[in-house]
Amino acid sequence: MKLRKSVAVSENGFVFNASRGDSFSANPTGARILDWLRDGKSEEEMKTLLLDLYDIDETTCEKDLYDFLKVLKQHNLLDV
Amino acid sequence: METNQKLKYERPVIKQLNTGVTNKFGPQMGFMPHTHIDGIAVKDLINTYGSPLFVLSERTIRQTYQEAFSAFANRYPNVQFAWSYKTNYMNAVCNIFHQEGAWAEVVSRFEYEKALKNGVPGDKIIFNGPDKTTDDHMVAVQNNSPIHIDHLDELYSLMAVSQKLGKRPKVAIRVNMDTGVQPIWDRFGFNYESGQAWDAILKIIQTDRMDLVGLHCHIGTFMLSTNAYAVATAKMADLALNIKRQFGIDIQYLDLGGGFASRNTLKGTYLNGADVAPSFHEYAEQICSTLIRAGFRSEELPLLILETGRALIDDAGFMLGTVLANKRLSDGRRATIMDFGVNLLFTAFWYEHTISPAQECSQYTEDTVLYGPLCMNIDVVRESIRLPLLNKGDQVVVHRVGAYNMTQWMQFISLRPNIVLIDTDGQPHLIRKAETVEYLTQLESTPAHLSAFDL
Ligand SMILES: Cc1ncc(COP(=O)(O)O)c(C=O)c1O
Repeated sequence: MKLRKSVAVSENGFVFNASRGDSFSANPTGARILDWLRDGKSEEEMKTLLLDLYDIDETTCEKDLYDFLKVLKQHNLLDV
Repeated sequence: METNQKLKYERPVIKQLNTGVTNKFGPQMGFMPHTHIDGIAVKDLINTYGSPLFVLSERTIRQTYQEAFSAFANRYPNVQFAWSYKTNYMNAVCNIFHQEGAWAEVVSRFEYEKALKNGVPGDKIIFNGPDKTTDDHMVAVQNNSPIHIDHLDELYSLMAVSQKLGKRPKVAIRVNMDTGVQPIWDRFGFNYESGQAWDAILKIIQTDRMDLVGLHCHIGTFMLSTNAYAVATAKMADLALNIKRQFGIDIQYLDLGGGFASRNTLKGTYLNGADVAPSFHEYAEQICSTLIRAGFRSEELPLLILETGRALIDDAGFMLGTVLANKRLSDGRRATIMDFGVNLLFTAFWYEHTISPAQECSQYTEDTVLYGPLCMNIDVVRESIRLPLLNKGDQVVVHRVGAYNMTQWMQFISLRPNIVLIDTDGQPHLIRKAETVEYLTQLESTPAHLSAFDL
């Protein structure tokens, strides 16, 4: 699971997929995960990173990450 | 000492930006947290009375009533409101309106009994509707209540009642008409344009068994056209003036019914309800100026009765609820399941209710389908609403739910919740207790042969 090469993420969370011309806006948590995906991090690794960084419990973290990845797939932003 | 300070968490979101498609216009409502109602924290209300919960503001009810009353009373000398019981017949609510001076307007024996029990004098209870039995008529005649006749069958059965009792009922006929607004509500009452209304009037006057004291109409509900009221008023005044001319009878009152729009947003319209709903002043101006110019001598101007329902109470009602779960639908849309649905929020079928989070919320928003908790496909509170990211356990406030929900709510799948009224000093009062299984089953009886089983 990796971010498509055609996808650019700017610092303020603006996301552009050049291959389709779609643009998106992500919140800071979302943008951070997009960066990790670009680096090829696994779901498990990202979960650990989130738990380290943020004040959240494990269930919420897992649920939200799962949901976010589903949405990215729906928007054709991931190579699967 | 904790050195490793963690960041405040916000659920990750990404939202597609639609270039070229303009956003729906109108203010983006609902993102500001609505943490208090009349000074009481939503959180505390839910802690004390549970979730979901209906909350009513006595202060808002009184302010709205006074605004409506003065809009009419400043333009016309002789104005009387009659509280439309079916809109919200919690006794506490009815009594606020009665304290403010409103009579009662009822459409069933059940509502009639409620008004009597609340202490409304019989001659100040207007009995409307197509469903009145002979016994209902008897009681209403004995109490001297104005009876608004809906159809010829009612007219004849009321004549029989008057003969039997040897008493003259006080009556009005309900008139329906073309006011230029579709659909024409011609299913209730006697039609003006076809002459049915005039025929009914003749019948009442010529048989001389009842006193024709008024004329009534209710031209529709959520009427966004104020002009329709000018048309209706002119036609009602025309009937009254003809009665005076031909028979010398003074019609004591014209009852223009209800129908003023509240500030809710109707489904399928892009316009925000709060921006398009006419004010009480605009309705009052049409009705009162038409009536004053209609041709009555100033000392013979009839009493103007109004049966305004939703516009008097919608703003004062709130539904508090809690997020049960979030989901992702197969097409990628987000769905949020609330602990209240169309069982309690009947008006979700008509309105796009404004919904606010009740706690500090994220600035990021998401389009969400808002479902109720019922195991039924119809249980959709909002088909699409942009809301800040909500998590399980978060609380929300649904606005403008004072009309028709606390009467049309369904006891379906779950029990009806508490209703709390916040008085003008900011004190909460439980005005209807949450239902219990015992309360609901007390009316049931199980035949002996069905009382036991072996599984
Ligand atoms: C006879 C009558 N009067 C008054 C009302 C109150 O109407 P609204 O809530 O539209 O003001 C109704 C509601 O349908 C009604 O049928």
